[in-house]
Amino acid sequence: MPDQILYAMEVMINGLMAGVLYALVALGFVLIFKASGIFNYAQGVLALFAALTLVGLQQGQIPFSHLINAVFGTDVHHFGWELPAIVAIVLTIGVMVLLAIVIERFILKYLVNQEPIILFMATIGLAYFMEGFGDIMWGSDIKTLDVGLPQGASAWVEDNTAWLGGEGFYGFFIDKLDMVAAVVAAVLVISLTLFSQYSKQGRALRAVADDHQAALSVGISLRFIWVLVWSIAGFVALVAGIMWGAKSGVQFSLSLIALKALPVLMLGGFTSIPGAIVGGLIIGVGEKLFEFTIGPMVGGATENWFAYVLALLFLVFRPQGLFGEKIIERV
Amino acid sequence: MNDMSQGYTTADGRKIGGTLMEMKNITLRFGGVVAIKDISFDIREGEIRAIIGPNGAGKSSMLNVISGFYIPTEGEVWFRGERRPQMKPYQVAQQGIARTFQNIALFKGMSTLDNIMTGRMTMMKTGMAAQALWWGRAQREEDEHREKVEKIIDFLEIQHIRKTPVGRLPYGLQKRVELGRALAAEPKLLLLDEPMAGMNVEEKEDMSRFILDVNDEFGTTIALIEHDMGVVMDLSDRVVVMDYGKKIGDGTPDEVRNNQDVIDAYLGVSHD
Ligand SMILES: Nc1ncnc2c1ncn2[C@@H]1O[C@H](COP(=O)(O)OP(=O)(O)OP(=O)(O)O)[C@@H](O)[C@H]1O
Ligand SMILES: [Mg+2]
Repeated sequence: MPDQILYAMEVMINGLMAGVLYALVALGFVLIFKASGIFNYAQGVLALFAALTLVGLQQGQIPFSHLINAVFGTDVHHFGWELPAIVAIVLTIGVMVLLAIVIERFILKYLVNQEPIILFMATIGLAYFMEGFGDIMWGSDIKTLDVGLPQGASAWVEDNTAWLGGEGFYGFFIDKLDMVAAVVAAVLVISLTLFSQYSKQGRALRAVADDHQAALSVGISLRFIWVLVWSIAGFVALVAGIMWGAKSGVQFSLSLIALKALPVLMLGGFTSIPGAIVGGLIIGVGEKLFEFTIGPMVGGATENWFAYVLALLFLVFRPQGLFGEKIIERV
Repeated sequence: MNDMSQGYTTADGRKIGGTLMEMKNITLRFGGVVAIKDISFDIREGEIRAIIGPNGAGKSSMLNVISGFYIPTEGEVWFRGERRPQMKPYQVAQQGIARTFQNIALFKGMSTLDNIMTGRMTMMKTGMAAQALWWGRAQREEDEHREKVEKIIDFLEIQHIRKTPVGRLPYGLQKRVELGRALAAEPKLLLLDEPMAGMNVEEKEDMSRFILDVNDEFGTTIALIEHDMGVVMDLSDRVVVMDYGKKIGDGTPDEVRNNQDVIDAYLGVSHD
């Protein structure tokens, strides 16, 4: 095979891996949107907060230490212990569930039956609050997240694909972390699908997503469902936070991955779980391939805007997204 | 009317029991609008109780009070001999009161089967953690519920649309699925808001038969709102008549039919 094609293939595979991460973030949006009609602007910040909490717990950081030190004139920073990654992850899941309960109790409960735009504004407020709260709680310095995921190029893949090309081809260069992310995302999506199709709570969740009144009439508590879906969204945010955090550190910019999810949602539709996944993959592959082929001609850095232009084209030609139902205006 | 505190026997020989539900001096206001004005009535175990009245009389509002969707401004709701504290609709459902809606509220994206399965939500015991830990047991429970649901599907003669998303079904069948979902909860009290509205004669006959059979075979107490007087007279044991939020009649179909206030209300005699 000509090396040029092999390089393109490598770019594609890496694009798929990046797409998996986009899909993960988009999935969090879709879950909440489906169940409550809320476009959750805070989803990216949730991922940041989850990652911060995970690092903080794992490294035995004392929460609010800056605040405590400023108020009491003390100088405490660490408990002096380190938790195993798995323990820290379980605790972080607990924190995300707690957060879901707090959000329901203090925000959503008061906004029942409000216009979508008001709910949207509320999540913007929530996003900025969480951002500041995360800073105060865990500090704003850049942190490295290490839960023991493999890093670096996979030698095995390189060795076993080198034969495909000629002299100058050393095999596909694929990050092990990306491979793990792909597997984790696949497992997550499959279990979410099983949960929503075959469990009592999953069915309740779909019921609420479909019709609130009817859901109430069969004995489903909307408040419980909201806590449930925000917990799941928090869990998905944690997974996304771990993957992105392991790749590029835990810092404010992690919350911006939410912006990458927007074009994914426009492609996949706001209510479709398969849409979020396929949309994420298309954008991942699309932007990497575009950068590889067209990028050099236009001076590179196309990854910054490619996804948005693609989404825009989609809005023009297929506004309902890949998997959305065709919208026919009633007259 | 004769004393019925211990129940009574209908003309067709069905035993009607004691009071299941009692509404005491219910008033419901929406701002300036008084939807229900100081109404009291009871529903007895095993009976089919109709609520009738002209458009806007407050019938649906009354059903919504019973099912917890509206909170009465004044008055008390008694269920099974106890005063019911203020409850959310889902809590009322968990007490064994199931309902259908005047403007059908189904899960449009789900199949007939799934819609009726959600009706069993209140009967499902296994919690979320248990479900995750003992997948096998949860599966067994699911199968048992599934069996009950299949019986309801057979009963309502809708086997051919089991897998169809209900949003695609014609109106009459949607009404039937909605009834199925309510039945799936094995309710003590079944509330039906105009179950036959918008149906053709044949569909109405089917629906009437289902309602009678449910009452007869499962002993389910039913309260229903209906506009078609013929249907009301055929189905119901006792009738409450409402007009402009007030109760203007209460009794057997025959008694109500001969009540002058009721006749006036239906003939549109002016209120002054
Ligand atoms: N949620 C609400 N908010 C404000 N007003 C309401 C509400 N629900 C009912 N009403 C008012 O209460 C009155 C009774 O309405 P209701 O729907 O109970 O009548 P109905 O007897 O069921 O009429 P129909 O036969 O047309 O269904 C009407 O004036 C209606 O506008
Ligand atoms: Mg009505």
